[in-house]
Amino acid sequence: MKKPNIWAWFILVIGLIYFFLPLFSVFEFSLRMIKGTYSFEAYRVAFTDPAFFSHFGYSLLWALLTISVSLLLVVPTAYWVHWRLPRVRPVIEFITLMPFVVPAVVLTFGLIRLYAQPPILLIGSPVLLIAGYVVLSFPYMFRAVDTGLRAMDVRTLTEAALSMGAGWGTILAKVIFPNLRVAILSGIFLTFAIVMGEFTFASLLSWPAFGPYMEEIGAMRAYTPQAMAVISFLLTWASIGLFQWIGRGAPGQEQVAGAH
Amino acid sequence: MGNNPVLEEKILTKRESKKGSAQPARSPRFDFNWAWLGVAPFFLFALAFLFLPSFSIVVRSFQGVDGSFTFKNIIAILTESDIINAYQASLSISVITAIGGGFFGFLLAYAVILGGMPRGMRTFMVTFSGVASNFAGVPLAFAFIATMGNAGLITRWIEAIFEINVRQMGFSIYTIWGLSIVYMYFQFPLMVLIMAPALDGLRREWREACENLGGSAWQYWRYVAFPILLPSILGTMILLFGNAFGAYATAYAFSGSFINLVTILIGAQIQGDVLYNPGLGNALALGMIIIMSVCMFGYAYMQRKTSRWVR
Repeated sequence: MKKPNIWAWFILVIGLIYFFLPLFSVFEFSLRMIKGTYSFEAYRVAFTDPAFFSHFGYSLLWALLTISVSLLLVVPTAYWVHWRLPRVRPVIEFITLMPFVVPAVVLTFGLIRLYAQPPILLIGSPVLLIAGYVVLSFPYMFRAVDTGLRAMDVRTLTEAALSMGAGWGTILAKVIFPNLRVAILSGIFLTFAIVMGEFTFASLLSWPAFGPYMEEIGAMRAYTPQAMAVISFLLTWASIGLFQWIGRGAPGQEQVAGAH
Repeated sequence: MGNNPVLEEKILTKRESKKGSAQPARSPRFDFNWAWLGVAPFFLFALAFLFLPSFSIVVRSFQGVDGSFTFKNIIAILTESDIINAYQASLSISVITAIGGGFFGFLLAYAVILGGMPRGMRTFMVTFSGVASNFAGVPLAFAFIATMGNAGLITRWIEAIFEINVRQMGFSIYTIWGLSIVYMYFQFPLMVLIMAPALDGLRREWREACENLGGSAWQYWRYVAFPILLPSILGTMILLFGNAFGAYATAYAFSGSFINLVTILIGAQIQGDVLYNPGLGNALALGMIIIMSVCMFGYAYMQRKTSRWVR
C-alpha cells in the first residue's frame, strides 16, 4: 500500500466535504446579517449583548465547578485504587462508564424525580446540575487519570516517598501530581469542552447556560445564533485541539517522573 | 477462549474483585480494611447521583398514580401508539446512523491509515475526528439548518441552479433521514477514532504470512484482516447505536418536537406532564436504560473478542 490509492482520496474528499460544508454554511450564514454584503455584524451584535456574557459566564462557572469536583473525586480515588485497592479498579471503571448507559435525559429525569420533592430538596441549588456534569465528565476524567497512573509505578513511587519520610500531602503534591499533569490537563480540557456546549442538563434543570441560551435565541432571531454556533465550534476546537496537543506523544505512555 | 491468557487473567481479576467487594474485611471478623474508606467519597457520589436516580426510575416504573405496585406502565409503553412510534423513530435513527456511520467511518479510517496518505493528513483527520465527535448539540443543529434548511446553502444552490422552490415541493429535512444526516456528523468521526488504532494494529507479519502462503489481497482481507477487525467494527457500531439512541440536544435544537424521539418525549415529560401519567415517563426512561444496558453488554462482549488480537 505504498502508492496513494485513488479510492482512498475519493473517500477522503467526500468525508472532508461532509465535515466542512456545514461549518462553512453556518459561517457564511452568520456573515449575511447586513443584506447584500458580508460583514461581522452578527458577531458585533452577539458580543454587545449582555445576556450573551451572562450566560457564557454561567457556563464558565459551571465548567469550573464541574472540573473542581470531578478532579477532587476522580484523582484521589484513582490514585488510591492504584495504590491500595487494585482489585476495585474494574468496578470504578464500570461506574465511570455509566453515563453511556444512562443518557443525560434519563439521568436528569431520575434526579428531578428523586430530589425535587421532600425529603431531599436540591432543586433550588445548582447541585444537581453540577452533579450531572460531573457524572458526564467521569469517563473522560477517569480514563485520562487512569492511563496516567498506569504509566507510572504508583506503588514504588509512593513507597519510596513514604520511606523517605514524606507525608501524604507531599506525596500527592510532589510525586503523584507532577506525573499526572498531562493526564489531568487532558481531563480538564475535555470536561471544559463538554460543559461549555452542554444543553440537556442546563435546559431541563432550568439553569442559565450558553447552550440553552443559544437554542433560545435561535428560535427568535437569525444570524446571531449562527455566529454563536461558530464561536462554540471554535471553543470546542480549541479545547479538544489543546487536549490532543498536550497528550501528543505521551497520552500517559511515558513517565514524566524523575526529572521533576 | 480457554487458551487465551489475557482473557483468563481478566476473568480472574474480575472474580477476585467481586469477592473483594462482597467481603471487604481481609481476615474474618472485626478486621475492617480501612483502605475502603479511600474510595468511599466516590462511591457515595455515584450512589447519590447515579444509582439512586436510576434505581428510582426502575421502582417508579412499577408504581401506579397512588404508589401501588402495577404493571400498567410497562404494558402502556408496549401498547400506546405514541410511545411505540417514539421508540420506532429512535430505534430507526440509531440503526441508520450506526450502520451508515460505521460504514463510512470505516472507509475513511481505512483511507487515512492504509490508503497511502501523507502522515500529516492522518494526524489531521484523527484530531478533527476528536473534535467532530464532540461537536454535537445546539451548534451542530444550527450548522445543518444553515446547510440544508429552508434558507440553507445547499438549498439556495439547488434553487438557483434548477430554478425551483424546494419548500413548495413538500420536501423537508425535518424527518428521520434529515436528522440522520445530522447525527452522522458525530457518529462517523467516532468510528474513525476507534477504527484508526485497530487498523494500525494489523501487523505487517500477518499480511506477509498470508502472501507467503500464496494468498491474494482479497484473501488476506477476507480470511485474516476482516475477521480480526470484525469484533471491533461490530462493537463500535453498537456504541454508535447507543450514542444516537441517547442523544437529545441535537434532535431538540434541530427539529423541536417534529420528530418524536424517546429522548424528546422524556424531555417533554420533565418540563410538563405531557403523558398525563408520571409513571409512564418512568417506564419510558426504564425502556431506554434497558436498551442502553443491552448495548453496553454487547459492546463489552465485542471488546473482549477484540482484545484477542488487536491491542
